[in-house]
Amino acid sequence: MSHKMNTEQENMLRNIGIVDFVTVEMTEYLDTHPFDREAMEYFNHYMRMKNQMMRDYAVKFGPLSLSVADTCSKEWKWALQPMPWEGGC
Amino acid sequence: MWNYEKRLQFPVKITQPNAQLAQVIISQFGGPDGELAASMRYLSQRYTMPYNEVAGLLTDIGTEELAHMEMISAIVYQLTKNLSMEEIEKSGFDKYYVDHTLALWPQAAGGIPFNACVFQSKGDAITDLTEDLAAEQKARTTYDNILRLVHDQEVCDPIRFLRAREIVHFQRFGEALRIVQDKLDSKNFYAFNPEFDRCKC
Repeated sequence: MSHKMNTEQENMLRNIGIVDFVTVEMTEYLDTHPFDREAMEYFNHYMRMKNQMMRDYAVKFGPLSLSVADTCSKEWKWALQPMPWEGGC
Repeated sequence: MWNYEKRLQFPVKITQPNAQLAQVIISQFGGPDGELAASMRYLSQRYTMPYNEVAGLLTDIGTEELAHMEMISAIVYQLTKNLSMEEIEKSGFDKYYVDHTLALWPQAAGGIPFNACVFQSKGDAITDLTEDLAAEQKARTTYDNILRLVHDQEVCDPIRFLRAREIVHFQRFGEALRIVQDKLDSKNFYAFNPEFDRCKC
């Protein structure tokens, strides 16, 4: 079972990965530096960016997370998403 | 409680199967310094960790290790996808194949099954964080060893990413150990166990 992705989908997925990486890195940094205001602003900026990118991706290619799963469409798109180990992302 | 995102932390796209390499890389799934052991170690240690920021760090790093376990599993899965019977026999993958076909099962490169004895949850903040620091270095060494065996760029890239994360986590655990020591008596850090003893005497 392999899923062909178009370039736009691949690019969007890659950009989500990049922005998410910043939030993971900042989360762990802030755990040991909980009073670093500059780091918190940095985290907020990238977290907002990631949330928007997750919503944009869901509209075009389906949800990567249940928080952006749209139940108004005819099918349950969450179940139809390719599994990540199939090489799509 | 956890949420799942249907994507990998770092892309894994391997086009060339290599069962021999899969048998080496699987050690970072179920081996002594693998990602399964890493996540179980931190997620087990956190409950009795008395300092909130350190318990939070164990949770967040333990969670990231689950994402790393998924990346390693994806690498092994893609390296063993669509193998012919001839390739299975020639690569020495037959011994794994007979028990698991092409499914993922946590074991070390030498075939030893995953065992919780590869990590500790000791219930002493200094002891556990010292183990965590060592664990990150042991995993980093394993990735260095894997990188000497890998010549396929598509496999190298995600392995290099994982190696770099070991170094960052070592830095964070070093800071966590400092936070713990700052809350203890600098004349004798071992005067009492902050995870067990009630009085600071």
